[in-house]
Parts: sequence; structure tokens; C-alpha cells
Amino acid sequence: MQEHVQLTQRQINEDLLSSVLKTPRWWWPAVIVSAAIFLTGIGAFGYMLNQGVGVTGLNRPVFWGVYMVNFVFFIGISHAGIMISAILRLTQAEWRRPVTRAAEVLTVFSLMSALMAAPLVHVGRPWRADLWVFPYDFARGVWINIRSPFVWDPSAVMTYLTASTLFVFVALIPDLAIVRDRTDGLTRKFYAMMAMGWRGTPRQWKLQAVAGILLSALVLPVFVSVHSIVSWDFAVQIAPEAWHSTIFAPYFIIGAIHSGVSAVATLMVIMVWVWGWGKYLKPDHLDAIGRLLIVVATTWFFFFFLEWVFALYTLEDPELAVRELQVFQWPWSGLFVVFLFTAYLIPVPMWMFRSVRRSYFWMFVTTILVNIGMWLERFLIIVPGTMRRGDFIFDWGSYHPSIIEILMVIMTFAWVALGMLVFTKLFPLIPLFDVKEGMVFRDEIRIGRRVVPASIRE
Amino acid sequence: MALRSVIGLYTDEDTAANALDAVAGAGFDKGEYDVLTGTPYPDGTFGEEEPVHKLYRFPLIGAACGFTVGLLLTTGTQLAFPLITGGKPLLSIPPMAIIMYEGTMLGAILFTVVGIIFESRLPRMFMGAYDTRITEGYIGVTITSDESKMERAEETLKSAGAEEVKRGWEQTDF
Repeated sequence: MQEHVQLTQRQINEDLLSSVLKTPRWWWPAVIVSAAIFLTGIGAFGYMLNQGVGVTGLNRPVFWGVYMVNFVFFIGISHAGIMISAILRLTQAEWRRPVTRAAEVLTVFSLMSALMAAPLVHVGRPWRADLWVFPYDFARGVWINIRSPFVWDPSAVMTYLTASTLFVFVALIPDLAIVRDRTDGLTRKFYAMMAMGWRGTPRQWKLQAVAGILLSALVLPVFVSVHSIVSWDFAVQIAPEAWHSTIFAPYFIIGAIHSGVSAVATLMVIMVWVWGWGKYLKPDHLDAIGRLLIVVATTWFFFFFLEWVFALYTLEDPELAVRELQVFQWPWSGLFVVFLFTAYLIPVPMWMFRSVRRSYFWMFVTTILVNIGMWLERFLIIVPGTMRRGDFIFDWGSYHPSIIEILMVIMTFAWVALGMLVFTKLFPLIPLFDVKEGMVFRDEIRIGRRVVPASIRE
Repeated sequence: MALRSVIGLYTDEDTAANALDAVAGAGFDKGEYDVLTGTPYPDGTFGEEEPVHKLYRFPLIGAACGFTVGLLLTTGTQLAFPLITGGKPLLSIPPMAIIMYEGTMLGAILFTVVGIIFESRLPRMFMGAYDTRITEGYIGVTITSDESKMERAEETLKSAGAEEVKRGWEQTDF
């Protein structure tokens, strides 16, 4: 990390509060478009509730379609926040400072999208979904069946959502005080209430530092459990035999980190382009995240390879049937090729080049490709998996998503965009106090005839 | 007894540290003065003592509570409606462990957040003497004491090189 520009606290306030204190011309149109797409999806959802799940492409034997793909995809994206924020915080990686909050907020909105995709939309009759999780029907005395993954899932996802939201809030308190000090009237009252009287005493800063470490350490095990449990939604099922895999939990987790960290890199580039925060999110940051992505992507690819080795080594019919569908049957074969190239074969070799890792444009393109690939990966696990073409299986149906499903998939993406836009208007997306602390701890040291930037650590 | 507070604003760390020494030298108790900054500094930058806290107890208590709730929920509900599913034992340990694990973590996290807020002495009803320039890089040294000591406090802060000294809002003992 060789680039460093020393900035004053006032400059940092002016730069990073620009999203909160000013409204650029593009903001309202962006919000209106996102909200319109989101509301169209809500309309499609209403239509599905009225007409029944027959309006979707779901039918025997494929009862899991793009809603579940979206669920797993957004749970994966949500791993970005904790991967970036908690792990980098615990390892005291200096480059984390401007990135953490955006990653954490992306986690929160992605989790909401995941909840929208599965418990709300996928179940068809969502008012019944609560009876699986909270069936406290005292009149009949029926209680939850804790042996079902559909009870484990909400408990893990809700724990993760609560933890991530609180994580964002705790780290936001000092910045809320900064906004409070720069606003007046009712707006000031709102931020004053949220900041709870924060003044910045040594005690409060000490607690803030300990909180960052402690919450990171507590959220990490939850982060691991969430995608493990999502993978067990697949692995413990009786029907699709091809999903009976012991490596599903780590395979899903590393896949989630791959797509999540890529999503954070995409978001970083968008933040530079739309807010002009290039002083804070420098090519150095993208370089660091690019190196991290090479390791993560290769580990994920190793698990993907293992999954195939285990499937082919056993030569079990259900496994072979699914692999055959994925590789040889159109359109899945075409999607499989797209998935392989976008998730690994194009981006990773490109990230080997320093000039790509340090380019906003190329990092944007490659990380978008990764997420197209990772969405397709989940699609190719779910749809050919549930088709289960084998001996003594007589439901040889296929699956094509209907327009209603497509609208609802787009709705979940619009929700994340809308959430991020509104959050950025209300709260700073780059943690000001963290960036300021980085400035306090930065210095320059002379080594021989060179002066190099250094970071002081307690 | 009503309390008053006063703040002196300093532009650099050394002057603020000297001001803190001056305040201590002027006879104010440790509990009466504090430093306010817009960014975290290493412990003891201004010569203040390292804050003592008990935050680590909160997640432990929370984890114990969460585990207990998870245990009661998984055992109690299954015993209340004893329906054998999938040929598994009524109290099947692996799925119970998942719910109890999530309960434990949720309890630990909730209590930690409560602990952070409580140990940070938040929410604070009265801001006391404060200046918005603190979040712009100024360092504030505040003295909170009874009315009779306010003039001496102002003098001390001014003579220690404060760029500006101002009185804060009144605080009240409940």
C-alpha cells in the first residue's frame, strides 16, 4: 500500500458526507427507477398470490426454481460484509478502513433480498411459512419440527441479519455524531437521537475499538453457520440424491465468499464512479481485493473440482444423470460453459495482471462476470438436480422460469439497489472515524534514501 | 445538586495533553474532566488513564441465556408435541444443536451490543459542554463540576492555551 494522501478531518467530513448532505441530480431518478422495478415485482408477487403458484414455471419434478437460486445467491452475497469487515478487522488489515461499511450494508440488504426470495416468495403461500417457524398454535398444541432444515434456516438467517444490522449500527454511532454536528432542525434531532449523545471520550473510543473486534469474532461463527445450514437444505434432503454431499457446507461457504467479495469490489467501483470517492477507494484497495479474490476463487474452484471428482468416482446413477444434464443437455450445457468461463476462467487469469487489478473498469467487469457465473452455478445445482432423470423415475419434466418469476428475481436486485441508495442518503457509506483513525496512525519513515508510508499499530 | 460544564478547544494533541495536566494540577478530580476527540487516538495520548470496562462479561452472560432459551425451545416444544418424524429420536441432538448454537450466538451478540452501549455510558441525556468543531479535528477538554468551580475551570483551560472556552448546558442529578 504505497499511495497515501494525508487529509484533514474537515476535508474527510466534506468528502464523505457529500452523499448525506447533498443530493446529486441522478439520485432521485435512480431511486424512482429502482422503486418502480421493485414495485413491479411486488405486483407480480400479488398476482402469484391471487392466481397460485401455477403462474410460475415450477412443476413436477422441478419444484425449486429461480426463487431458490436467488435465495442461495443473496445469502452468498451477504457473506461479503463479514468476510471483508470481520476478518480484515481481526487481522488489522489497514486497507479495510474505507471498505467495511459498504460491505456490511450490502450484507444487510442482501439478506433481506434472500428472505424475500425464499420464505416470502418461494413458498407460494407465505402466510403459512410462519407456521413452520413460529407455529405457536396454542389451540392445537402443534409445535415446530426442529428436525427440518426449514427451521434451521430461518434461525440462522435471522440471527445473521440481526447480528449484521447491529454490527452496522454500532460502528455507525460515531459517524452519526459527525452528521449531527453538521445538520440543524429536525434532521439534527434525528441524528442526535440516533447518536445517543456520543461525544468521543477516550472511554467511548476504547469501547468502539473493542466492540469492533468482539462483534467480528462473534459474527464470524454465525457467518460460517448460515451458509452451512443453507447447504444442508440441499444435502439432507432425501429426494435429489446428487445433493448428498459431505463437502456441500465448505463448498457453499467458499462460493459465497467468492461472489460476496466480488460484489464488494463491484460496489467499490460504483462508489468511486458515482460519488467520486477515488481519494479513499484507491487502486491499491482494488489491488488488495483482487489478490484476495484470486485465492478465494481458486479455493472455490478446488471445491467445485472435488464435487465433480466425488460424483464421477462413485459412478452412481443419480450423480451421473445430473452431470449429464449439466454438461450435455441444452440449454443447461450452454449455461454450464458460460458459468465456467464467467465464474473462474475469465476473471482469475485477468486478475493475475497488476494493471487489471488496479483498473476500476476491469475490476468492475470481472467482478460482475463472477456474479453472473455464481448465480448460474446455483441454477445448475438446483434445476438439473431436481430434474433427477434416472431409472424408475417417471416425472421427466423440465423447467423454464415464467415472466412472473423473472420479475420477482429482478425485484430482489432492485431492492438491494434501492436499499443502498436510501442508506447512502441517510448515512455515510464510508466510515469517517475509521478513515480518520487511519490518518492519525499514518506516518512516513525514512529508509536509506527513500521515504515510505508507514502505519503505526498499538 | 446542579452541575455545570465547561469546554476548552485545542488544535493539537500536545496542547490538549498539557491542558489535561493543568486541569489535574488545578485540583480537579479525575471524574471531573475528560477529553473529547473526533477520532480515536491510542490509549494515553493525552495522559489520561486507560479506561476500565467489563464488556467481556456481556457476551458470556448473553451466550448462557441464548443457550438456555435454545435448549428449552428445542426440548420443551418436542416434548409438548411428541410426534416422531423420519424415525428420528424425539430429542434428536444434531438438529437441537443447530438451534441451540444459533440461540447461543444470538444471545451473545445481543448482550454484547447492550454492553457496548451501557459501557460507553450511552444514551446520554445531556451533552454537557460540547462543540461541533470536535468532529472537525479540534480536541476538547471538558470539566464538569458544580457552579462554584466554573470560573477556576475556565481560567485553567484558557491559560493552558485553549483557542476558545465555552460553558455547556446544565446537568441535573436525578
